[in-house]
Amino acid sequence: MQLKTTLTGLLAATMLAGAGSANAETLRLLTWGSYAPDELIQKFEAEYPDIDVEVTFSNNEEMIAKLRATGGAGFDLAQPSHDRIYAAQLEYDIYKPLDLSKIDTDVMEAKLLDGVKENTTIEGEVYAVPHQWGTSGLMADKTKAPDFKGWGDLCDPAYKGKTSMRLKRTILLGTAFSMGEDPFAAYSDLEKYQGILDKVADKLIECKDNIKAYWKGGDDLSAMMLSGEIVASETWDSTAYKLYDQNENIVFVPPETGALAWIDTFALPRKGKADDAAYKWINFVLRPENVTLMSSSTGAIAAVKGGKDLLPEDKKAAVNAAFSDADIDNLKFFANIPPGVEDMEGKTLEKIKAATGG
Amino acid sequence: MQNKDIKRLSLILLFAPFTLWIALLILLPHIGMVLLSFREKVAPRVYEYSFANYLEFVNEPIYWNTLLRTGTMSLLVTALALLIGFPIAYYIAKIAGPRSRGGLFLLCLIPLWVSDLIRAFGWILLLRETGVISSFLLWTGLISTPIEFLYNDVAVIIGLVYTVILFMIVPLVSTLDGMDNSMIEAGYNLGGNGFTVLRRIIIPYAMPGIVAGCIVTFMLTAGSYLTPILLGGKNSSWFTEQIYNQFITRFNWEGGAAFGMLLLIFTSFVIWLGLKLSGQTLANTVAKS
Repeated sequence: MQLKTTLTGLLAATMLAGAGSANAETLRLLTWGSYAPDELIQKFEAEYPDIDVEVTFSNNEEMIAKLRATGGAGFDLAQPSHDRIYAAQLEYDIYKPLDLSKIDTDVMEAKLLDGVKENTTIEGEVYAVPHQWGTSGLMADKTKAPDFKGWGDLCDPAYKGKTSMRLKRTILLGTAFSMGEDPFAAYSDLEKYQGILDKVADKLIECKDNIKAYWKGGDDLSAMMLSGEIVASETWDSTAYKLYDQNENIVFVPPETGALAWIDTFALPRKGKADDAAYKWINFVLRPENVTLMSSSTGAIAAVKGGKDLLPEDKKAAVNAAFSDADIDNLKFFANIPPGVEDMEGKTLEKIKAATGG
Repeated sequence: MQNKDIKRLSLILLFAPFTLWIALLILLPHIGMVLLSFREKVAPRVYEYSFANYLEFVNEPIYWNTLLRTGTMSLLVTALALLIGFPIAYYIAKIAGPRSRGGLFLLCLIPLWVSDLIRAFGWILLLRETGVISSFLLWTGLISTPIEFLYNDVAVIIGLVYTVILFMIVPLVSTLDGMDNSMIEAGYNLGGNGFTVLRRIIIPYAMPGIVAGCIVTFMLTAGSYLTPILLGGKNSSWFTEQIYNQFITRFNWEGGAAFGMLLLIFTSFVIWLGLKLSGQTLANTVAKS
């Protein structure tokens, strides 16, 4: 009896859902965790009752892998970072050009918009516009590591066994900067870049002894930091802001060589089926009242004019505690990754992971 | 005549789901993987057939060291699971009463109702520096500073044994269950002590279960991803992680496919070797049980 009711209910629900989508368009978002808060989705669906929003959470590498597997089908709007579009498009042809006339580009911060356009223009066509930006850098517990200021401090023996990092390309780039190199400039000369990577690998292998563990996601990093098991780490700024909310001693520290800045963008997968809905979503989330909702969920700053002022109060306090104006001027935006660099970096990361330095 | 047709039809219908499953979900993807693994990227969107991906594996010590490491640790996990699982299975099958037997079996099953991920997080809570075990030892005064039990190979092995031990216990219980108690009795009556009875009677009888359990646990361990990643430390590489890196971080599907095939070949070879060395065949062990 019980089972029968459940089954009937399920059937009815399926039919309803089927009927619902018969005359509704579905917008399939491929984006980062927290980039599509429920509150915003409900608001969007209330405004456009004929559009259903479906969300898949992912990260840069998986977005490219997913779209590559289908040749750009299965999603209608993707949000890769600005530096991960050019090469991916050249190699795998997974995006289609944007129709900029359908996007309110006027509301966007001109500097960011131009930067993203410059990074993602192929044969005169623009493939992405900015959505939010943030940085990767360091965080430290002020009471236990007051002098923490550069990438190299992660390897300072004073904090032996008390630091962490994520074994991904960010730490390779950060370490290169802290060694006085400019990895982005070396992108044009891959042989030189390999030389830098080798030096960075040696440094990070030597540093392994100092690291407690490599973190893999925001959750294990937060747990290690809040419990005091580590006193400093490489981090995304948004994770640091969330922790600042719970413990005011944990602050984001822009490294002295400059925090590494990323811009997450909007891009249309090549075989997306709901372009109009996608454009509507883009314009919708860039409206000032929605920007604050979005930023309180993501902890990142919207790429609209006055984006910093639209942050919710707690995030604004955390950003002000972390960044001075000089730090903002010192930001290093991730440069476009030319084809082949990901492979070189991947190999370097494997070498570091496999080494028994510590 | 008609009767024969019906029989044939029902046979086809019965086998259809199985055949479809094997063909569509096992054979086809593997053929795709083999083809992919023989491709080499020479320029963006240009590929050539070659052995380059396999050669890279041979020429790069990091890769085959990781594979060997994964293999050795998986063997260790299998051995530990057998050592710990055998007494449990023996107790459930031979010593426990008929009523407690079901309950005990259920107790072994319950952890499997929770996903791998949650179980790994459970171990993290227990083992971490500020975790349950370390805090308890601090409280009892046995240690004066917190100890980190997590992020090392021991944690990985504990986690893996915990994940796979059920797959050792189940086949063992079912074979031991079929064993007549009078055989053990006869062994003692003929003057054997506990050890001889175990070695000459129980183990040979349980061999099909042991072999089946070992194969399943070894395969599961060598192919596991979550547990080694979450519990492992900065030096614990696992081969599945290499495959993930090739596919996702390096966008090198060709290399990843080659690694996947190598893992399959390697684990199959280890099992073949294990059967040869222990003088068993699949026909008289797994197929029999």
